[in-house]
Amino acid sequence: MERLTPVEQKAPGQWQIATVKDVKIETPRVKSFRLVVPMWMPHLPGQHYDVRLTAPDGYRAQRSYSVSSSPLDEGEVELTIDLLDDGEVSPYFHEVVEEGDQVEVRGPFTSYFVWRGESPVVLVGGGSGIAPLMAMLRHKRRTMPELDMRLVYSMRYADDVIYADELGDDAVLTYTREAPDGWTGHTGHVDAELLREPAAGARLAFVCGSNGFVETAAGLLLDLGMDPSAIRTERFGDAG
Amino acid sequence: MGNFVSRGFARRRQTPEELADRVPPGQYVERGFPVLTAGPTPRVDTDAWGFRIDGMVGREKELTWEEFHALPFETVPCDIHCVTKWSKLGTSFGGVSVDTLLEDADPQGGYATAYSYGGYTTNVPLADLTGGKAWVVTEHEGEPLPREHGGPARLLVPHLYFWKSAKWVAGLRIMDHDEPGFWEQNGYHIRGDPWKEERYWND
Repeated sequence: MERLTPVEQKAPGQWQIATVKDVKIETPRVKSFRLVVPMWMPHLPGQHYDVRLTAPDGYRAQRSYSVSSSPLDEGEVELTIDLLDDGEVSPYFHEVVEEGDQVEVRGPFTSYFVWRGESPVVLVGGGSGIAPLMAMLRHKRRTMPELDMRLVYSMRYADDVIYADELGDDAVLTYTREAPDGWTGHTGHVDAELLREPAAGARLAFVCGSNGFVETAAGLLLDLGMDPSAIRTERFGDAG
Repeated sequence: MGNFVSRGFARRRQTPEELADRVPPGQYVERGFPVLTAGPTPRVDTDAWGFRIDGMVGREKELTWEEFHALPFETVPCDIHCVTKWSKLGTSFGGVSVDTLLEDADPQGGYATAYSYGGYTTNVPLADLTGGKAWVVTEHEGEPLPREHGGPARLLVPHLYFWKSAKWVAGLRIMDHDEPGFWEQNGYHIRGDPWKEERYWND
């Protein structure tokens, strides 16, 4: 298979049947699924896959999920899926899918919310919005560890931290509802004070989360002097 | 792939039967109105707002907010379909049809690029914008169009995926060829017909 440096998007698209290699419980409401993809091609960090479920009566449901793994994991992608109570695809993944299952997918898709090696760069994630940002951070650590990439990550409760064992000195966390015992870091919603240092000198920002979170964080980055064209956003509503 | 069945998957959402034929393949019905924007939300005052028709036209036009609102205003009941898989059924917008906006402009080309405050662009063949199929709208369900949904004015092309309905629209550039816009350069389909499921480049 041709090795592709993640600088240009090829034309992907065919549905294919991936096999679940591993299921990792990240938090009480979030699991990461590592899929072996037969017609795999390298993705750009930030790209997504589409997932399609088919019922015996032919009924189908589709959703998009960001890839959270580095494209250096050849032949595989990791999708991190937040459980939405009124959803139909995320509950299936949480309640049914296990190692060895087959899942129909296609991707990787779209090339705007993608990191191509720019730095300094600031990543701002709310909740499961951290998933595409984790693909960027993981890829950076493995390919260009010296690059300046900082992560600001907002979640609600102490047990909501996804990828907890991978967050190091390059990540700043805030808890909006309830921090862990003994927490001395930031609490409450993202604000200018929290973003000022990570965003200082950044030539590009990636912001991902709920629409409200993204509006707030992007507005703060504008107030801190970033150009609108340097702020890339990806938002999710209440869809599931 | 035609006979693949997802182990243990069963329908969870029931689309009422009378609505089922209004939901394109791969879409689900969403009651809300999610916001999807590739960057920060632009702020456009109606005082500074203008709508241009330019490019390959016999006569360029630019309308102020007042001039725009002096034109015949229509209520447009419609279903909308977002490429990210949600559809919103039975909503409505209020605005001016592109047919009306193009009157006297004398387009010389068969394609258009809609361009927006904030730099967004999207390409639409003129045949998809005329004949009562597209509008520039300033109201949603009887209220001024919210800023996060493209206010003060957005394009509305409900028969194509909703990324074609450019938010914060500033004008239409008439062209003699189809030139990919922002999302069309970044992976989405050149035309975007939801009934043919034209989501991405290769669809």
